[in-house]
Amino acid sequence: MSLAQTDKYYLPQPSLWPIIGSVALLLMAVGGTMVMRDIDNGGWILLTGLAILLYMMFGWFGEVIRDSEAGRYNSQVDASFRWSMSWFIFSEVMFFAAFFGALFYTRVLSVPWLADAETGSLLWEGFQATWPTAGPGLTQDGFEFTPMGAWGIPALNTLLLLTSGVTLTWAHWGLKKSNRTQLILGLAMTVALGVVFIGFQVYEYIHAYSEMGLTLGAGVYGSTFFMLTGFHGFHVLVGTIMLIVMLLRSIAGHFTAENHFAFEAVSWYWHFVDVVWVLLFIVVYWLI
Amino acid sequence: MSDAAHAHDDHSHGHPSGVMRWLTTTNHKDIGSLYLWFALIMLFLAGSMALLIRAELFQPGLQLTNPDFFNQLTTMHGLIMIFGVIMPAFSGFANWQVPLMLGAPDMAFPRMNNWAFWLLPMAGIMLMGSFWLPGGAVAGGWTMYPPLFIQGGISYDLTILAVHIMGLSSIMGSINIVTTILNMRAPGLTLMKMPLFCWTWLITAYLLIATMPVLAGAVTMLLTDRNFGTHFFNAAGGGDPVMFQHIFWFFAHPEVYILILPAFGIVSQIIPTFARKPLFGYASMVYATASIAILSFIVWAHHMFTVGMPAAAQLFFMFSTMLIAVPTGVKIFNWVATMWKGSLTFETPMLFAIAFVCLFAIGGFSGLVLAIAPVDIQLHDTYYVVAHFHYVLVSGALFSIFAGIYYWLPKWTGNMYSETLGKWHFWLSVIGMNIVFFPMHFLGLAGMPRRIPDYALQFTEFNQIATVGAFIFGFSQLIFLAVVLRTIKSGEKATSRVWEGAEGLEWTLPSPAPYHTFETAPVVK
Repeated sequence: MSLAQTDKYYLPQPSLWPIIGSVALLLMAVGGTMVMRDIDNGGWILLTGLAILLYMMFGWFGEVIRDSEAGRYNSQVDASFRWSMSWFIFSEVMFFAAFFGALFYTRVLSVPWLADAETGSLLWEGFQATWPTAGPGLTQDGFEFTPMGAWGIPALNTLLLLTSGVTLTWAHWGLKKSNRTQLILGLAMTVALGVVFIGFQVYEYIHAYSEMGLTLGAGVYGSTFFMLTGFHGFHVLVGTIMLIVMLLRSIAGHFTAENHFAFEAVSWYWHFVDVVWVLLFIVVYWLI
Repeated sequence: MSDAAHAHDDHSHGHPSGVMRWLTTTNHKDIGSLYLWFALIMLFLAGSMALLIRAELFQPGLQLTNPDFFNQLTTMHGLIMIFGVIMPAFSGFANWQVPLMLGAPDMAFPRMNNWAFWLLPMAGIMLMGSFWLPGGAVAGGWTMYPPLFIQGGISYDLTILAVHIMGLSSIMGSINIVTTILNMRAPGLTLMKMPLFCWTWLITAYLLIATMPVLAGAVTMLLTDRNFGTHFFNAAGGGDPVMFQHIFWFFAHPEVYILILPAFGIVSQIIPTFARKPLFGYASMVYATASIAILSFIVWAHHMFTVGMPAAAQLFFMFSTMLIAVPTGVKIFNWVATMWKGSLTFETPMLFAIAFVCLFAIGGFSGLVLAIAPVDIQLHDTYYVVAHFHYVLVSGALFSIFAGIYYWLPKWTGNMYSETLGKWHFWLSVIGMNIVFFPMHFLGLAGMPRRIPDYALQFTEFNQIATVGAFIFGFSQLIFLAVVLRTIKSGEKATSRVWEGAEGLEWTLPSPAPYHTFETAPVVK
């Protein structure tokens, strides 16, 4: 892609990728709605949209990578990338804050309110405010589940993710020393730890659904448990895919000791996902 | 580098023309125009809904609509005016003006800029299209409260996903604006020398990045409660419908400042120009804007005084809300002080800016009335609230948009608008607007609830007055359309300074501003 070069700034040429991405999201939203409402062929529209979105991401990111490798981005563009990645991660923090807020609100406020004398005597008499709970109505109807303990797989997962933060930093040191073996080895270990984490998480979910009666429908505990760990797991998945891209780019000889913001952005993201997990481990798994 | 060299440069790349130019553009001016046209089209769509609402309310009983369709109209009017008119219009101003004011060649991320815009028409298709779906468009109110919002049909899912897409657009647009302002300023243009419009947008973009994801979380919970069996808002499962209101208003109170801070910025550019004096208290304006933004995160529950919060919470939210009057007052006094002893002239942008200051102050005062918890318990969900937020959004946000268009249109098109038509537009708008919304204060105080298609007989007169005003206000916007179209096609040529008292980098450029500007950064002393 040619760029209109100026002394200081880079200006990309007109691009088709954004409109392709917009059409993809429109198809995904319409298809997704049709799937949720049980309308025929919704799934195909959703998948078509997803395929177009993936095509757009390959194309667009590929273009950015080629521009970057061709040395078209100067230090000012690099600073723009740094600002924008920081603000993007801030927006992610706020997204998780909504779900952590919901967990806090139900645990500390609304569940106890449901059990206090005034409400309890009107709605569900005899409801005890305990946590975890599937809520007064479900409990009265005989719904039972086992909450997820902290010291099995979740503790192991904590260890995995914390270790992956170390291996990733070690890889970064390698990159800064221009030690490509250390970079590739560190990245490969991080990817492996991420994959094992996801595998454990999938196993935990299957176990919860099949043996423990713990489902998305298990009252507000099930809702917050699966939405928080689910969105986190999705972020680990995305992070792992980004790490794999970094690994492939490292093997292809991309990045220099001075110029490797893509790698740093992914590592910021990965550390952010780590921190979210530690919070999750404490308030979702441990303190129950 | 000379302009001629660059014109040649552009040709050699073969820029797409026709519709492809607009679909693929990475130029901040093109994208700014797209945002503004989108907002204008949506203004007429959502405005027509408002006129249908007012026509129905001309007399008691049901004339034109059934209650469900009426609720669809109020819901979609609100959603589209907020997400489809005011926010895109301000983004359009940011796209046009921020690079020009900073001496930057474009936005920091031109391709993402394009994407942020082109997501909006997709969301617009989903929202408008839902009118034709089984069950019609959403009728649960723009605030999307459960349990009502959990019970609706297909258009409710579609609206939730449209909100996701609009949120994505806002977040990308805001990251772009923040990065541009923090990283692309001309040498010497320090933050505290920056035009106030850029400051207000910097803070607005921060609010958007902080709150849009929270809205995304809230509507995701609605979506999973509707379709995947979660119990976030269902007391039987230990959830709480009121929790939605908390999460929603944690987003939506900052959102109302998102809808007004750029307006403050526009007005702060216009008043000094036509008073021919520098803005009074520049630094205090910056700090006041920041204070409003920070306070906006701790006042949300004043929207829900009637849900049965503990008294301590009511008191906290009442006093924190009143605190916002302080920085807002700083701003109003600063605008008045800027005009004090200035050599004032009253071109259309200045007229709209002065109307903004006066009428927004009325909206601010009625907001202060509503902040008092015991009073709000009386006025909650009455037409007093409708009057309040239309004073801040119509004579506030929308008037600032009109002011900004008249102010910068000569710079964008190279032609002066017709001052006569502009003044007609102004006077009809300001009179019409007050006829619609002023009587609503009385209706609310007398107890008329909002969001109903029918009402008790004693409310008839004020409703009829409001409806007459609505049609005057609505149809006078056609004058605005005519002014804009005429100015683009013809008109007296504008000078590069345009206004005698105009200060700032954008006025050093020729009118119309060339397609690529500030390819070499200007130096600000």
